[in-house]
Amino acid sequence: MKPKVAFFDFAGCEGDQLQIANLEEEILDLLGQVEVVSFREVMKEHSDDYDIAFIEGSCTRLQDEERLKEIRKNASVVVAIGSCATIGGINSLKNYQNMDDVKKIVYGEKASLFDTYPARPIDAVIPVDAYVHGCPMTKAEFLHVVKSLLLGKKPEIPNYPVCVECKKNENVCAFERGEFCVGPITRAGCDSCCVNEGTKCWGCRGMVDNPNENSQKEVLVKYGLSVDDAIGKFKLYFGWQGKKK
Amino acid sequence: MNADKNLEVNVHHVTRVEGHGNIYVNVKNGIIEKCEWAIPEAPRFFEAMVVGRDWTELQHITSRICGICSIGHTLASLKATEVAMGITISNQDLKLRKLALHAENLQSHILHVGFLILPDLMGVGSVIPLASSNPVEVKTVLGLHRMANEMSNLICGRTTHPQRLIPGGFSKIPSIKDLLNLRDKLQSSIPALEVVANLVKSLAPNIPNFVRETEFIALSNPDEYALYDGKIASTDTDSAPASEYLSYTNEYIVPQSTAKWAKHARESYMVGALARLNINYDKLSPLAKKISGMFDLKPICYNPFMNSIAQLVEIVDSVADSIKLINELETTGLESQSEYNLPKIAIKAGQGVGAVEVPRGVLFHDYTYDEKGVCTKANCIIPTNQNHGNIELDMKALLPQILDKTEKEIELNLEMLVRAYDPCISCSTHAVKVHFV
Repeated sequence: MKPKVAFFDFAGCEGDQLQIANLEEEILDLLGQVEVVSFREVMKEHSDDYDIAFIEGSCTRLQDEERLKEIRKNASVVVAIGSCATIGGINSLKNYQNMDDVKKIVYGEKASLFDTYPARPIDAVIPVDAYVHGCPMTKAEFLHVVKSLLLGKKPEIPNYPVCVECKKNENVCAFERGEFCVGPITRAGCDSCCVNEGTKCWGCRGMVDNPNENSQKEVLVKYGLSVDDAIGKFKLYFGWQGKKK
Repeated sequence: MNADKNLEVNVHHVTRVEGHGNIYVNVKNGIIEKCEWAIPEAPRFFEAMVVGRDWTELQHITSRICGICSIGHTLASLKATEVAMGITISNQDLKLRKLALHAENLQSHILHVGFLILPDLMGVGSVIPLASSNPVEVKTVLGLHRMANEMSNLICGRTTHPQRLIPGGFSKIPSIKDLLNLRDKLQSSIPALEVVANLVKSLAPNIPNFVRETEFIALSNPDEYALYDGKIASTDTDSAPASEYLSYTNEYIVPQSTAKWAKHARESYMVGALARLNINYDKLSPLAKKISGMFDLKPICYNPFMNSIAQLVEIVDSVADSIKLINELETTGLESQSEYNLPKIAIKAGQGVGAVEVPRGVLFHDYTYDEKGVCTKANCIIPTNQNHGNIELDMKALLPQILDKTEKEIELNLEMLVRAYDPCISCSTHAVKVHFV
């Protein structure tokens, strides 16, 4: 019997589910291996009988925790897809601000109508079995994780920094170009895609498990940058992870 | 006939739309007691998140408002920053940015018409059963979608959340050879597009014949079918520069929605492909007009269900205009730029508005920066927000006309209405469900 899969989304841009649509013809191959029982973005049908749940987006309010616990109860495997779900992502930028002020900035005097709390990744609410990092996640890594799960294996994901892939791609180091890059402490697996396109690493895949803080400090000193510069850049994606450490 | 009709509709999270929205309908003894469009999406607070961030990061952050319209958000963001700091871009970069916007229009419209609307017209719940019942058509749509993604990859370095688009220009540009290659693909997509148009035409009798007069708002430009730039135009009033957007959008808060709503000359207005076509029809390419003619779609069309047909027309127009832009770049030649290009910019304090037509309608970003280039204030007005009020008024006008149908048909019709708007609720915060309560 084909495993039943379901897709769910919380606070996010749905860009990761879009990567699934972007698999184009490979979707048809995937549909040969699994049965999709719930995917609100593309289908009307819905069922709570599923084996694997893919979750996109962060949890940003108490009321969403119940929905997440329900999904955890139904699924034997839970996979977080995309930065918002795996590390809290860009949503955690608001965590540095006072939540009442945040609501007032957006909704003014009607702020009390709306509920929010600091953004957090899915594993801050329920246990997560596998991660597909990235903003957006890459199609290749998504397929790799799905294949591993279908074979009953734990998906392998890199635990070394983006610099390793970036060097292999022979990019000119962003620091050499006068830019600040968080590649030295960010988890690889993206093939340094942003630097390849002429920019720098922004940190969307989150920190490696044991970031080498001393070597990052050395980089700062070498290029005449301050710790404040670094902290400002780390806030972009590491808001939740940073707080945890 | 409907005097004793009792009905409760509760569509919790409308499907085949981007984000979460609910429809609540309550009819007692033939009288409509409730007909509500509600948006329960978790709000994300981007306007607060960007405060305190550096000007070089704004387009990266606000791109994440929406995965589907990430190119449009990036461009509106860049334009706002560039206006605020007095940054100009080259003619070549302008053309490349227009190509980026066409790529997104193609990606998004093909996805919507091919994957989200066709199932309604063919009476199925999703595109999945169509893969086995209509394999040729599904493969054609997939092929077109892939072409649009390849185009986005080529211009923006990504299909979603573009990398190469930066303040003042591009970090990296494609080669002329790649562009000419793209042109070939665009040319050869035209017969495939005609296959899709003919399929939709054969299903056109299933498009509900519903009309409600409303106001349409879109950017307008004397030189072209406006997407990248233009003045704000309305079918009800005079036009005005983008900097005056607040006098058009007039956002307000309703309790059932985490997204803000908007109104201008009337109780509500509509933005998107149908609004653009209604306002800028004359600027469409001949090929696009031909497709429009197949469906008798001419200005002013007041049937919101025809928005999907207007998208089909725009798909063809984006292909035609992209070919034209590449022809122009071929004639002038492509000026090369340094690797890891980073335009030199004099940072200064200021405020700027960027307006861009994105797949679902006109989008505004408005930023204020201090003298260090740190964002102190931001406002983003999203197309779907501007449509929420119009969706609910359409629902209220449509419901009495379909009360004699079965509950299931009523639910489907209301869902189809919402889907016709192609709402992007992550954008507007995220929204769509029908609750018959």
